[in-house]
Amino acid sequence: MAQVIIKFGDDISTDTIYPGRFMATVLPTETPAFAFADYKEFNKQLNDKKFPQGSIIIAGNNFGCGSSREQAVSCLKGHELVIVAKSYARIFLQNAVNLGLQALTAPDIEATEGDELVVADNRIVNKTTGKSFTVIPLSGSRQAVMNAGGLISYTRERLVRK
Amino acid sequence: MGMTIAEKILAFKSGKNQVRPGDIVEPAVDLAMSHENAALVINQFLEIYQGTGLTPRVWNPDNITIIFDHRVPAESSKTANNQKKIREFVAAQGITKFHEIRGDVGGICHQVLPEYGYVHPGSLVLGTDSHTTSHGAMGAFAMGIGATEMASVWCLGAILNLEVPATIRVNVSGKLPGYIYPKDIILYLIGMLTANGATFRALEFHGPVIEKMSVSGRLTLANMSVEAGATTGIIPADAETIRYLQQEAEVQEPIEPVLPDPDAVYEQTVDIDVTNMEPQAACPHTVDNVKPVREVAGKTLHQIVIGSCTNGRLDDLEIAARILKGKKVADNVRMLVFPASGRIYRQALQKGYIADLAASGAVIMNPGCGCCLGVHQGALADGETALATTNRNFKGRMGNPNAEVYLCSPATAAVSAITGKITDPREERR
Ligand code: SF4
Repeated sequence: MAQVIIKFGDDISTDTIYPGRFMATVLPTETPAFAFADYKEFNKQLNDKKFPQGSIIIAGNNFGCGSSREQAVSCLKGHELVIVAKSYARIFLQNAVNLGLQALTAPDIEATEGDELVVADNRIVNKTTGKSFTVIPLSGSRQAVMNAGGLISYTRERLVRK
Repeated sequence: MGMTIAEKILAFKSGKNQVRPGDIVEPAVDLAMSHENAALVINQFLEIYQGTGLTPRVWNPDNITIIFDHRVPAESSKTANNQKKIREFVAAQGITKFHEIRGDVGGICHQVLPEYGYVHPGSLVLGTDSHTTSHGAMGAFAMGIGATEMASVWCLGAILNLEVPATIRVNVSGKLPGYIYPKDIILYLIGMLTANGATFRALEFHGPVIEKMSVSGRLTLANMSVEAGATTGIIPADAETIRYLQQEAEVQEPIEPVLPDPDAVYEQTVDIDVTNMEPQAACPHTVDNVKPVREVAGKTLHQIVIGSCTNGRLDDLEIAARILKGKKVADNVRMLVFPASGRIYRQALQKGYIADLAASGAVIMNPGCGCCLGVHQGALADGETALATTNRNFKGRMGNPNAEVYLCSPATAAVSAITGKITDPREERR
């Protein structure tokens, strides 16, 4: 069971997740400090380690739209968050798979801050409301990259085989 | 069954006779582009090699291009150090298509690529920048990817697990009225499709208005295709594409357009008639929040920006210079002009556009991305409003989440610079 720590609407851009002015910071060990930097209170809570591993961000459609900056994924991965959105922008979803960030697609999800969710077998059960929602599984090829632990190790295997 | 341009390119690059939307392919890459974020690509690239006992070597140093544009000249020691690290990597790997911070060969990546003829019809182009879709203007398949994906491409020369997108056909017809530019057309289309209406889809542009459009205008359309979520936005190559590549980019090799089959299957067809189109503006804080300029006219402005990979080209500067020549930028408005490349800067100097713009009160900035992404130069104060020819108006995009950005054509921006308020450019006629 994990708690929803914040809820966003549609079209949350990478400028919101990781503002452009921090783009010179690239190391995955350093990017988490600037996750949602313009949401000052939420950013502080993240950096104060207020939320346990696996805590959930809920979002609407087109989460991660805009720039291809990978920092928008590595900063969330660094805080060990799970994203549940109605849908994602293509590059964000691919970056999430490549870095092994859990980004679940649940087109009908209904959950709000404070709700407790359980994720299992392509379903999300909202324990607070009792409702249950379908998760669209990743495509087989994306799942294969996730299973390899991300694109770095997936490519490394390919390179060694070559 | 016939194929669309996207399907044909991906089939060919994957060594297949036919692909269908949803197929997973591993196509060979013709050009792999990065800018300052190559600093991250290098880290990921080296990490892939860790423990393999192999020496890190990019697959082909001639097929990689790196262009400094996002933070030029460096705004901080951190950026300067990233740029230094990239220079060292470029030298060590022998990467040939490297564009330094210079007035001759420098500029925004999405302008430098066409200028140097790096992209041909039928090319597969990947870039660590979401607006890599721009290069679909050459009849290529061009898309943005993340840094780790690029590191993988640098190793293998191919992109793993690419899903063939379905194609949406966009037909643009009608008689183009005065004061309507490619920017208005693409804003209108994004408003229609919405910000994720083309996600996991390719756009393919057709119709008499597209056929008559210059490469510069086509770059504007393809550039902003990603704002509707599209994987790529492709304009079929034609005589204008070939003219541009041969005359302006001095390409010597033969150029072979890749065209859709007559029986290609489109997921959807969108028709736009421009005959009665009005000047368009994308309003805060999403690019699909598009309204006729008329409906937001009168809004007080603090900053006007002409530039970016969308509208910082010679014809854009020409429009602005024509409107502002002999006039003044309104008091209390800062007008910033960023030529998209060193070449455009020099051409605009020769043609006198720079002198006219500067005399009107505009500040001529160095070529590059400038304030488009809110990193350096031209940040906004709390409560301020900017009108820009750039491509994104997300909250915080111009460096301040408490400011607003409207997007428009260069004509709308220039006419509004004179009044200090958002102004329908057709007012100029009166
Ligand atoms: S001009 Fe703006 S949108 Fe274009 S590449 Fe630069 S930062 Fe990105």
